[in-house]
Amino acid sequence: MLLHDHHNGNILLVYFSRRRQSDIRVMENRMRNIIHFGALALTMFAIGGGTASARDQIRIVGSSTVFPYTQSVAEQFSWITGAPSPIVESTGTGGGMKLFCAGIGEQHPDLTGASRAMKASEYALCQANGVNDISEALFGYDGLSIAISRQSEFAWDLSLSDIFLALAAKVPVDGEWTDNPYALWSDVRPGLPDVRILAYGPPPTSGTRDAFVELAMHAGCIRLDWVRESGFDQDKSWVNENCSRMRQDGPYIEAGENDNLIVQRLRADMNAVGIFGYSFLFENLDTLQPVMVHGIEPDPETIADQSYPISRPLYFYTKNAHRGVIPYLQEFIEEYVSEEALAEDGYLAERGLVALPDAPRAELRETVISAGTMPVR
Amino acid sequence: MNNSSHSPVIGSAPAALRLRQRKRNQLLLQGFGASAILLAFVMLLILVGSLLYSGYRAFTQTHVEISVHIDPEIIDAEKLPRGNFRRLLQNSLVAEFPDAGSAKDKKQLLQILSASAQFELRDLILSDLLVIGQTVQLRVPVSDPYDQLNKGQIDRETPEQHRRLNDRQIDWFDQLRRGGAVSAPLNTALFTNPDSRFPEIAGLKGALIGSFWALLVCFLLSFPVGIGAAIYLEEFAPRNRFSDFIEVNINNLAAVPSVVFGLLALAVFIGWFGLPRSTPLVGGMTLALMTMPTVIIATRAALKSIPGSIREAALAIGASKQQVVFGHVLPLAMPGILTGTIIGLAQALGETAPLLLIGMNAFITSAPAGPLDSSTALPTQIFIWADSPERGFVSRTSAAILVLLGFLIAMNSLAIFLRSRFERKW
Repeated sequence: MLLHDHHNGNILLVYFSRRRQSDIRVMENRMRNIIHFGALALTMFAIGGGTASARDQIRIVGSSTVFPYTQSVAEQFSWITGAPSPIVESTGTGGGMKLFCAGIGEQHPDLTGASRAMKASEYALCQANGVNDISEALFGYDGLSIAISRQSEFAWDLSLSDIFLALAAKVPVDGEWTDNPYALWSDVRPGLPDVRILAYGPPPTSGTRDAFVELAMHAGCIRLDWVRESGFDQDKSWVNENCSRMRQDGPYIEAGENDNLIVQRLRADMNAVGIFGYSFLFENLDTLQPVMVHGIEPDPETIADQSYPISRPLYFYTKNAHRGVIPYLQEFIEEYVSEEALAEDGYLAERGLVALPDAPRAELRETVISAGTMPVR
Repeated sequence: MNNSSHSPVIGSAPAALRLRQRKRNQLLLQGFGASAILLAFVMLLILVGSLLYSGYRAFTQTHVEISVHIDPEIIDAEKLPRGNFRRLLQNSLVAEFPDAGSAKDKKQLLQILSASAQFELRDLILSDLLVIGQTVQLRVPVSDPYDQLNKGQIDRETPEQHRRLNDRQIDWFDQLRRGGAVSAPLNTALFTNPDSRFPEIAGLKGALIGSFWALLVCFLLSFPVGIGAAIYLEEFAPRNRFSDFIEVNINNLAAVPSVVFGLLALAVFIGWFGLPRSTPLVGGMTLALMTMPTVIIATRAALKSIPGSIREAALAIGASKQQVVFGHVLPLAMPGILTGTIIGLAQALGETAPLLLIGMNAFITSAPAGPLDSSTALPTQIFIWADSPERGFVSRTSAAILVLLGFLIAMNSLAIFLRSRFERKW
């Protein structure tokens, strides 16, 4: 491609010089032509570069929940090794899987983060595109916290069913499956304060929303007496269909992907609750307090042992065919699963990651470093 | 009397009423107009005011100066660049605060400094091996919680367990401050550092360079192509249904939401052409699609405003159509064309949605060296920072928006300057 450029350039220069001999007023035109030539050369150079240059930066996509952790590892890694800094993109879990499973080769990412395990359909997509050898790493946990301003004096303690009844689009009322009629928390359960239900939470596009629906809403739904008596609690497809919708009539407000905005809203309105990742609560513990779920407050311990019910595992997936081809990929993965990063006092924990216990962590390190292939889904 | 004799209607009571009513209506309209402008100004003031209020803190960064003894027993010149630089820093802090005895205390003490401090120390030693064995003065950024503390963003009245820093940590910092080691110079790192996950050392360098390359590519593509299209349409194209059809489409293209161009770029530039994701080149090409209609419309308007007498005079002395266009019309239209182009580019500079789709919202801790290196752009950098949990990024987000606004104002002022300086009235 570069040769091509020179070639074209020479022709154009010859063309210029001939014109110069015949025409005196070429000076202004020449400037114009040079601009045109520059644009042409740039485009050609670009197209050539796009297909010819070898990639020396690691490319990572995936969940916005895993993003801050991958960021930390990437920065630490390039500080320590002096390697070119990896490119970390936050695409969401689903979007990341799509890019990751699109194929083998340097135009495809090497790693993807996920806030849930890879689905069978995504696994099949990977297989279909030749991505056969994948390492799966469950590297820690993340708690979804429900938070409220510290100005609120009530000792908030909700059950999963309370959360479902307050926020679901349809709930059972007097034996009828109907539109959610509750406006006040005290309508949901006597004993809760007499304030308007107002919750700021993630929009449907976010992985946090998926996790919240699955871990809080579904779990709260199947605990309801009416659902259990009707025998629906065993029926997964009924639960998926009927317990997944958040209410649209006002009390649940989709606050966009920006959790900092939710934090600001909560400070301004002492009766509003917010739903976001534990790391945001952790950073704002001076103004916000956690809402307990079944009497348990989210903190690193309760999230790690899963006694806090709304916690989820975090994964990253590695394309093993890229190891040894993309420079430094192996070193990067080793940094990701190193003790400095993943231990309870590691630098990821400082950012809100809830660490694995010692034994599974050692096992994880061994599997991932030796490029163990994940089981078939 | 005069009134009643010459035009009896004007003096009559109903006429006077109508006149009053008309005058009142006019006053009302003026009032509405003035209050609309006032409202717009108030909104602008609130916007800029709130940005300044939350952003001004990001323009300084708290630093601390410590003297570090580069102990040859810890740092071995043979093994560089590896070495326990954290230990060096820890030792010098422990020397300052002998009360920190336990391992946990020492670890907490080290957290006063930014995590990048050990690497700054490493680079200092690497640049001059003679410092090994000596004591150097090192001025490094403090970590974000201490920066917030120094800027009064952490309320000391908050109960200890709800604070990011406990009483002891605050006490350490106060001691350092009393000792004169703490300073808060202008945060030049905001412009000279690339992105980082640590707010105290995060900067806009990568985003600024990325935006520069993207705008350059955008300009190189949209300016010549846009002007070419406009000249052809305005000066050479026959007026028929087909050229009308093209004209309508160009006007529609200018109104297409930018995210659509992003989707197009994702499918065509990245999907078919195989250009690398997240690069300013692809970003610039996408923005060029968006800017081109603006350039075409501005150029056509500028060409139209050149009076016919100039064309006719040139044609009358035997100039060809091409000579008329390039020798007379285009140079005279240039100020208008440049104004339109600059405004189009300013719009492109602030555009976020298409860049998100082609992956320019990536986290990269180095600045791009050319248009083929992955990078962010200013608006996508703002997008990333706005979504980061650390407190320091709240003010940095506002600061980055102010920087972006600064560039937009500069570009628009340039456009106004060019127009007022070179535009001719006919």
